[in-house]
Amino acid sequence: MAIRRGRGVAAINYPTGMNLGGDPTQALVHSTPTGNFMVTLSSVDLGQGMKQIMAQICAETIGVPTDRVVVDTADTDTGPHCMGTFASRGTHRAGNAVIQAAREARQVMLEVAAEELEVNASDLETDGQGNILVKGAPQKSISIFDVALSAHFKRGRSISGRGMFLIPRSYPEKETGAMKPSTCYAHACTVAEVEVDDETGEVTVLTVKNVFEIGRALNPKMVEQQLVGGSWMGISHALYETTEPYYPNRDHGGTDFNQYLMPGPGDLAETEIIVLERPSADGPYGAKGPGEMCANPQIPAVANAVFDAVGVRIDTLPITPERILRALKAQATT
Amino acid sequence: MELRKSYFSDVRKDDLNEIGQPRPRSDSPGHVTGKTAYFADRNFPGMLHLKMVRSPHHHARIRSIDTSEAEKHPGVVKILTARDVPHNVYTILILIQIGPEDEAVLADGKVRWKGEAVVAVLAETERAAQEAAAKVKVDYEVLPAVFDMEEALKPGAPLVNEYHGQNYYLYDSGECRKVRFGDVEAGFAEADYVLEQSYQSSPIEHAPTETTGCIVAPEGNDRFTCYTNTQAMFFTLDNTSIILQMPGSKLHFVGGTVGGGFGGKVDVIVEPIAILGAKLTGRPVCFTYSREEEMQISSPRAAEKVVIKDGVMKDGRIVARKVTGYTDAGAYSRHSPYGAQKGAGHYPGPYTIPNVWIDTYCVYTNRTPSSAMRGFGVTIGDFALEVQMDKLARLIGMDPLEFRFINAYRDGDMKAHRQPTEGAALIECMQEASRAANWPVAEKYMAMSSYAKGA
Repeated sequence: MAIRRGRGVAAINYPTGMNLGGDPTQALVHSTPTGNFMVTLSSVDLGQGMKQIMAQICAETIGVPTDRVVVDTADTDTGPHCMGTFASRGTHRAGNAVIQAAREARQVMLEVAAEELEVNASDLETDGQGNILVKGAPQKSISIFDVALSAHFKRGRSISGRGMFLIPRSYPEKETGAMKPSTCYAHACTVAEVEVDDETGEVTVLTVKNVFEIGRALNPKMVEQQLVGGSWMGISHALYETTEPYYPNRDHGGTDFNQYLMPGPGDLAETEIIVLERPSADGPYGAKGPGEMCANPQIPAVANAVFDAVGVRIDTLPITPERILRALKAQATT
Repeated sequence: MELRKSYFSDVRKDDLNEIGQPRPRSDSPGHVTGKTAYFADRNFPGMLHLKMVRSPHHHARIRSIDTSEAEKHPGVVKILTARDVPHNVYTILILIQIGPEDEAVLADGKVRWKGEAVVAVLAETERAAQEAAAKVKVDYEVLPAVFDMEEALKPGAPLVNEYHGQNYYLYDSGECRKVRFGDVEAGFAEADYVLEQSYQSSPIEHAPTETTGCIVAPEGNDRFTCYTNTQAMFFTLDNTSIILQMPGSKLHFVGGTVGGGFGGKVDVIVEPIAILGAKLTGRPVCFTYSREEEMQISSPRAAEKVVIKDGVMKDGRIVARKVTGYTDAGAYSRHSPYGAQKGAGHYPGPYTIPNVWIDTYCVYTNRTPSSAMRGFGVTIGDFALEVQMDKLARLIGMDPLEFRFINAYRDGDMKAHRQPTEGAALIECMQEASRAANWPVAEKYMAMSSYAKGA
């Protein structure tokens, strides 16, 4: 009887969005009279921070600081259509729609600035701080604040834009299954290190090292929050969670957080997150959807680490102490 | 967290102003100080509370429903049954033409899982609604139930859902979604080893902090505003419009920040009946799941069974992979036919294999309908695939990480579903994991690239 150590690896990919269902998203962008920008969507922020990311994408595209952008979302009376927040699609689909809308708004903004500065719009650039400059002659400039006032009160222009993103729906071919489930895939490789007590069957995840490739980390701090949470969920799926502990028997299902087991703060593995970025061809600034992918590789990595530790395969989730002990017992009698 | 900028630096511009910057989230101060408003923070004068009478049986015919005692209970305002719902039998994916309609908003004639909604009680207080719900008398004739996917697929099994006519979803490709690539039997014949293994999972709950729910307020102009924590505003609005046979222009959905979704708030369950209640009473209605309902009534992640048969060569090449996936949809489709199909598009994983055969089944049983969850159609498949990869590596006496390098897909490789690989990065993830975990692999693998073969 001993505590045994093992490690396991898993590598995965994950599709962004749901091309097999068709999933459009639209966005609207407009400027207030003083040069703040409103992004209007009907997309839902699940707590992952969609509003913040849409603000950063809009700000980057128009060329203003993020705090000049306000996102109004999740109201069907004001926001244009969005399929929904699922399938790792939010940032990718809505982000692309916001870029398109922001580009259109930026073009009007530059045209008004060009009239004010008496130059061509194509000779102008933004400084990212709220000003528009003449390329090569930065002393010749105008603030976006003044451009917006001019557009609204003097020139009668609406600084606004419409955005739409749609990847045509793919229908699987009946006989061969030829289909296009996604245009871009996120990737991951996880190495988990565990200790298994072969007397109690208990598993402790010591470390989990995750490498995630996500296209681009639009906001690295928010990426980290998403990936750390996902990594926790993967471990939780591997070792703890189920509504039906004796599936397919329907009995003994947990009805609250006392009975539905999940790892608590004391059960957290030492978690390492490393992010690679290979920008996707059709992602907003190259971003892919990391939201679902990040919770997947830990499950097989832990399962493989358990085998590495005690030499039994648990091919049924979750990998409970009971299942490990039964397998060890069976192994001892063969 | 560390950003490893050295990878793919030749194809990435890193000189942006706002993108790539760790700007603080504008909504986080509200979250951490408890000031963020969720749907349940709203309160309307005269708001009614809706409670469901649920089936205690896994499978039963409803002989009769008697609501007379419940109607007399103090505080009860309205009781709804199947006949009150304009378009009672529906399925949410009808919006993307994935039928048939197979699920009742309120059970009509039959219940097919333990917990199915039968009668909705609206009362002045939660307590009155709960007490009145307990007084509703439903006379059931219990029917044989089936809980196991294999049993459900056997001839003579109890028929779970008459709208399908058999215990599996019928795709245009037949009883399963199929992928056929190369000649899998020829692959097995030439393989040095063949390994067939089965994997199984159980249902998993999303366990959000905030339970599923909504509050509906009549606007007085024949419009209804629904404050909801759905993950998909228009998807919910459009489905509600069908169920209630109301023009979408009469419906106004307001969301906001959701207290966790994970795929568990896309089923359009609470909104239609709550709006119906508001319409028939003219009063605001709140329908929010209790924690117990969230755990056992709301859709879980499907239990899945995955059988993988692989042909592998001594040198590490996988030459054939046959995957049969079974998704336990429970009693109704919800999103499951899509999930099973998504699985077919995901297998055989991020590996280049010349001969592939995939069948994915969506199976009906008498259990809580399963639905979307983070990693929908893929998570359990990845568990099966990656444990199988570990077994194959050990079978041929190869390091599990090196074995994956040999088979990893790269740009230009043809996938089983006949799309050329683009933007691959599996190899680089594994190279970095090798370094981070101090798990050395041969130099030739560290020199590989996703860009192209031989690079």
